[in-house]
Amino acid sequence: MNAIRQKDLILYSGLIILGLAAPFLFSAFKVQLTYLCVLIVLAMTWNLQGGEMGYNSFGNILFYGLGMYLTASVQVGMFFPLAEWTESGGEKTFVHTTAQYFQGIGVGLLVAAIVPTIVAGAIGYAILGLRGHYFAICTLGLGIAAGEIAGGIEIIGAGQGFTTPPFPAEIVDPEARGKFFYFLSFLVLVLAFVFVKYIYGSRFRLILNAIRDNEDKAEAMGIQTMKYKIVGWMCSAFFCGLAGGIMGGLIGYIDSTDVAFDGREMGVFMVLMAILGGKGTLWGPIIGATLFHFFKEGLWTFILGWQYVALGVLIVVIVVYFPEGLMGWLREKYPDRFGEVIDEKDRKAQVEIK
Amino acid sequence: MVQASLDGILLGILFALIAYGMALQWGVMNIINIAQGDLVILGGYIAYTMYLAGIHPAWGVIVSPIIMYFVGWTLYKLVINKVVDRDLFISILATFGIAIVFQQLMNFVFGADVVVAQSEYGTTMLFDNSVTLPNSKIFAAFISVIYAIGLVVYMRRSRLGRAIRATAQNARAAKILGVDTEKVYAATFGINAALCGIAGALISITLTLHPYVGLPYTVRSFMIVIVAGLGNLPAVALSGMGLGLFEEFADYILGTEFRIGAVFMLLVFILVYRRFKLSKKREYLK
Repeated sequence: MNAIRQKDLILYSGLIILGLAAPFLFSAFKVQLTYLCVLIVLAMTWNLQGGEMGYNSFGNILFYGLGMYLTASVQVGMFFPLAEWTESGGEKTFVHTTAQYFQGIGVGLLVAAIVPTIVAGAIGYAILGLRGHYFAICTLGLGIAAGEIAGGIEIIGAGQGFTTPPFPAEIVDPEARGKFFYFLSFLVLVLAFVFVKYIYGSRFRLILNAIRDNEDKAEAMGIQTMKYKIVGWMCSAFFCGLAGGIMGGLIGYIDSTDVAFDGREMGVFMVLMAILGGKGTLWGPIIGATLFHFFKEGLWTFILGWQYVALGVLIVVIVVYFPEGLMGWLREKYPDRFGEVIDEKDRKAQVEIK
Repeated sequence: MVQASLDGILLGILFALIAYGMALQWGVMNIINIAQGDLVILGGYIAYTMYLAGIHPAWGVIVSPIIMYFVGWTLYKLVINKVVDRDLFISILATFGIAIVFQQLMNFVFGADVVVAQSEYGTTMLFDNSVTLPNSKIFAAFISVIYAIGLVVYMRRSRLGRAIRATAQNARAAKILGVDTEKVYAATFGINAALCGIAGALISITLTLHPYVGLPYTVRSFMIVIVAGLGNLPAVALSGMGLGLFEEFADYILGTEFRIGAVFMLLVFILVYRRFKLSKKREYLK
């Protein structure tokens, strides 16, 4: 037991050091690394309810987009009239001082984490009563409806988009912006990992798994499934909101359907990454997100214009031929590494039944 | 008001045709096809290509389903046959991938502009010229009804139709009794794609085409199917018209920019409403 702990300790401290050193080692790729952190957070928290709870949601993009708009709105609205900002393309007439910028983004991120959580709690009772594919389609509808509706609201820029406050010009170091966003996202990533890791060791995870495996039986065993489902969704929403807020600041421009409620990209990415790595494992989504990100960044430039075709084909291939994901495949291949004992006889018998 | 109602009903008949295809494949193969709307748009582009080539786009309602049948058949052989017996979520995600591929390919081939094929059918004025009704819409509704009736008769009478219905009832029993279910599935998906092709050709002359507007059609047909139930054609037609009415009025009252948003919100509300209704009996949507 102790030996394993020590191994874990080395692993984690190694990863943290790597994470902290990354922007200095690969200083040209800071934006990519920030993306990677955000993608991992999204995949990990999607996995919490998609993989562990069995509620495959396409709608976590709702919280992501909500967080993005909220951070930007709060950041602007704290100091300047929001309507005039979006009207004039903002940054030309109003300028955030350094202090205002950081205060704004701090409060904004706080709001961006809390409000989506509350929203998830509020709509959770209605939406989570749906099961399986109805839940999937319903959340898909929610995400797209949110994008369409946000595209019609004047105060947050409607169809023409919303420019988030630019990084304060008083800071002359050209690296500062990239570093700031990288460390912000890395902090959120560490938070998310610690949180998810904690959940993986708790009774809460067992309850979520019980809901996934058979909800009726879980209910019959006296688990208040609805309560736990809502809490599970709220956990996802919290981190999705934070991730959205960071991405809004990083991209610098929010469009209702192409950046914020981007069901066609982010909304699918998070599902895909979790499935690629293996649903229902701690490390699966992290590995999946990293692989996916490398694949995407490596390939996107070579196949310019064809990236969506590649993405679509990738989805089909992963889903059809590789639904267990990387971790599932490893588990199948080396079950003893995962602490599973397999009875050979039982296994053969199962194969015969198939 | 009258304008919106008439528009809505005529549009609704078109939606019902797409929804019927959706219900067919859902009932028979137990898959939910997110790419449904993109098949529709592809069908529309076939008619549009004919229009560009100088042929009247109305002929699209004959050519497009024939081409689309083979598109559907190929799609089945390539991907869909591997997701038929699996979890519904797998089929949703896989067809989502197909939808993305289709959207992007259409974007390459036909460009990202909004296009429309001119049928030059003129318009009919009703009620002292207060209501304008494009003849193309009437034509579209008329063709939809003809095809729907034709399909129902085909499903009742023909050998393949009987095989499809048998497979829908119990695929395993049908297999034992000598139905080649693989063939039936391929045909079902082909027929579904053909229906989408017809609807698409009609949409190309009545509404507009754009590579990325497929998803709303998918959602509309999904909505119609969950309201009407699988395999209940009159109910499908009725709820299709209801949806058309809802949409026109949402457009009229809320404004065009919220139209698609309203459709998606309606989907959420319908699902939530049904969920609350069923939860009183401690059941859930299956």
